[in-house]
Amino acid sequence: MSSIIHGPGAATALSTFNPVDSKKLTNLSVRSQRYIVAGSDASKKKSFGSSLTVRHSQKLIPNAAAVATKKEADTSASTGHELLLFEALQEGLEEEMDRDANVCVMGEDVGHYGGSYKVTKGLADKFGDLRVLDTPICENAFTGMAIGAAMTGLRPVIEGMNMGFLLLAFNQISNNCGMLHYTSGGQFTIPVVIRGPGGVGRQLGAEHSQRLESYFQSIPGIQMVACSTPYNAKGLMKAAIRSENPVILFEHVLLYNLKEKIPDEDYICNLEEAEMVRPGEHITILTYSRMRYHVMQAAKTLVNKGYDPEVIDIRSLKPFDLHTIGNSVKKTHRVLIVEECMRTGGIGASLTAAINENFHDYLDAPVMCLSSQDVPTPYAGTLEEWTVVQPAQIVTAVEQLCQ
Amino acid sequence: MALRLRSSLSKSNFLNILLRHNNLGFGTASHTTRVSQNPISRFCNTMAEKLSSVGEHEDANAQVMDFPGGKVAFTPEIKFISESSKERVPCYRVLDDNGKLITNSHFVQVSEEVAVKMYSDMVTLQIMDNIFYEAQRQGRLSFYATTIGEEAINIASAAALSPQDVIFPQYREPGVLLWRGFTLQEFANQCFGNKSDNGKGRQMPVHYGSNKLNYFTVSATIATQLPNAVGAAYSLKMDKKDACAVTYFGDGGSSEGDFHAALNFAAVMEAPVLFICRNNGWAISTPTSDQFRSDGLVVKGRAYGIRSIRVDGNDALAMYSAVHTAREMAISEERPILIEALTYRVGHHSTSDDSTRYRSADEIEWWNKARNPLSRFRTWIESNGWWSDEEESDLRSRIKKEMLEALRVAEKTEKPNLENMFSDVYDVPPLNLREQERQVRQTIKSHPQDYPSDVPL
Repeated sequence: MSSIIHGPGAATALSTFNPVDSKKLTNLSVRSQRYIVAGSDASKKKSFGSSLTVRHSQKLIPNAAAVATKKEADTSASTGHELLLFEALQEGLEEEMDRDANVCVMGEDVGHYGGSYKVTKGLADKFGDLRVLDTPICENAFTGMAIGAAMTGLRPVIEGMNMGFLLLAFNQISNNCGMLHYTSGGQFTIPVVIRGPGGVGRQLGAEHSQRLESYFQSIPGIQMVACSTPYNAKGLMKAAIRSENPVILFEHVLLYNLKEKIPDEDYICNLEEAEMVRPGEHITILTYSRMRYHVMQAAKTLVNKGYDPEVIDIRSLKPFDLHTIGNSVKKTHRVLIVEECMRTGGIGASLTAAINENFHDYLDAPVMCLSSQDVPTPYAGTLEEWTVVQPAQIVTAVEQLCQ
Repeated sequence: MALRLRSSLSKSNFLNILLRHNNLGFGTASHTTRVSQNPISRFCNTMAEKLSSVGEHEDANAQVMDFPGGKVAFTPEIKFISESSKERVPCYRVLDDNGKLITNSHFVQVSEEVAVKMYSDMVTLQIMDNIFYEAQRQGRLSFYATTIGEEAINIASAAALSPQDVIFPQYREPGVLLWRGFTLQEFANQCFGNKSDNGKGRQMPVHYGSNKLNYFTVSATIATQLPNAVGAAYSLKMDKKDACAVTYFGDGGSSEGDFHAALNFAAVMEAPVLFICRNNGWAISTPTSDQFRSDGLVVKGRAYGIRSIRVDGNDALAMYSAVHTAREMAISEERPILIEALTYRVGHHSTSDDSTRYRSADEIEWWNKARNPLSRFRTWIESNGWWSDEEESDLRSRIKKEMLEALRVAEKTEKPNLENMFSDVYDVPPLNLREQERQVRQTIKSHPQDYPSDVPL
């Protein structure tokens, strides 16, 4: 897995962006002034033009540290430190365990083995066996255990070795985790974080390539977020731990070795907020997790062909950040959703419905959604590659939508 | 947890292999320094205690094998462990069928005050059950499930616990709440789902919950509370509290996967939790013979490394003693305990069930009369001069009056308002729920006649 320099790097690429040749795009109805973008991260609280105010009215996490602005990468190289995504997750987890003695970790092989993807490496040595607990193999049982512990005051972080295994914990997650705050009349809170790697990897086989966000999205009472960069991985991990609601944090097996420079100071990412990856004018591309990188790769091609896509990493899978998404749709009037879920019943399907319902009047074309096929993921590498959406397909879809 | 490796310097092949595997397992150089501490020590727990004798048993006539978990002796006979023992595990009881104290019985002495409260609460529970059941039959309540026949398990176990012990009930343990001070009015409020209900009217009747009394809201799904209890016990252990977690379940619940996993986890985590099984003979219409083929629940404890006991669940004194002793063991020794209380579900499974369709009325009658927990305990407290007929009739008429009044008040109390349909799903209602509430209110405005009149907006 090659490491991808991301985030601040994108800013420098954009600064060489040339204004679009208007002759090529006479068919596009441009409704607002075009402008050069200097930065691309949503956590910066600037507002460009009319529609890029990212802060919205939803309640921010209480006790949150001030959301630090992502440092201007091009200028100061002194602050910040570089690390891989799994290290960012580990750093976030460790900082929260330092900050609050109630935070603990439960899962298979999380203790001295350090976790199957090394997210909990070193934590057992530092915090002891009680706070980093190795459990026997029964997902329903240790999820249930964590819920019971949460009801008595602990803040467990449950690790599913692979998200797919959490299908075994579905009963506890749906019936107890999601419901007990409501059915108890608010008497008991369940501030657990359920996290683990999911998504289609490299030849892991059908059972280990599941996209659980499809199945969990209906459960009332839980929140779901998906991280995609070291910056938002650490920020979302910390925010999830501090949240009083149960949060499911989706990581992706192929993104653990992404490298990025992140700030030294304490920061969190808002759980309900989407991330503006690349502002644009012609079309809104909504994506999350690994597909973000396929979209950005397609974006390079699209820019060369003269298109100006706006790329948003939705990050918050439940609830959707309809404020950011809506503002974007109102600006570009075309939407393409790129996801890794299967066609039927995935996040894309729900997002399509939500956009159609809420922003129908602003659409110039039907919402298009690119997803994986409704098949179990094949083991053969070539077949596996074609179950996920590839950049070429994204380029074709944009061209089609922008006709 | 860390044990020193006490092997001699002349390492046996076995140890060499072990070390090599550890190094392979951890791979990187930074881990090899830890090899002498944690990774090996985690294997030490499961290794034979006297490792120094390992090297001496390598000849062909070796009768013992070192294996994770301890030494295993070999045998040349092909012998299967029988699926059942010749005799069933005996059941601990202190009062005989007539309520007389059995000679030479061991039990924890109960003071007059506690014994009288125990008996009064058992009577209260019985009356509450009867009145709520009748109310459902009359159409005043939508649903109810009685605890008839299991009053001793409920009250006596609650009496043996401390208020800090956290309870994870199934749904047939309202007596524990009653003991801790939940009022008849509060029970009625939950059953009617009115605005005074702790649960804000969201759950069906008998799904009580009280944060204040450390009684976790009933979740209808069977046996899911068992892993929850293990987690709570773990939390108590981490905080070094002088308390344990206690969870109840039925004979049917023991078939669920969560039961087996929770017992296994509790044993491995050394969690102070009491698993109290109300073996009442029936899981709706399934008798225990169709539920499992083992000798009840008590023999299952050993399979998971858990100390267990079988108790006469209709003997309040025996229940009290068993739970009291188990609690001390669980907390001081940091271990789980399994208690199988033998009893009988005299009532139907719930108001949606008519148990005469699958069992004989004679059987029900016999258990209700001959093995009644209330009458046995009453005989004992009367023999101590702590109770009389007069106090009995006073209590019964008082409770009955209180119950009817509680019912009346609960029925009349307003339901929680509409906003409560959407609150508490999260800590703060998100955009989509606020939108959905708005839509519901809009619909109500245009069709007010279709909206229930007793739910305030």
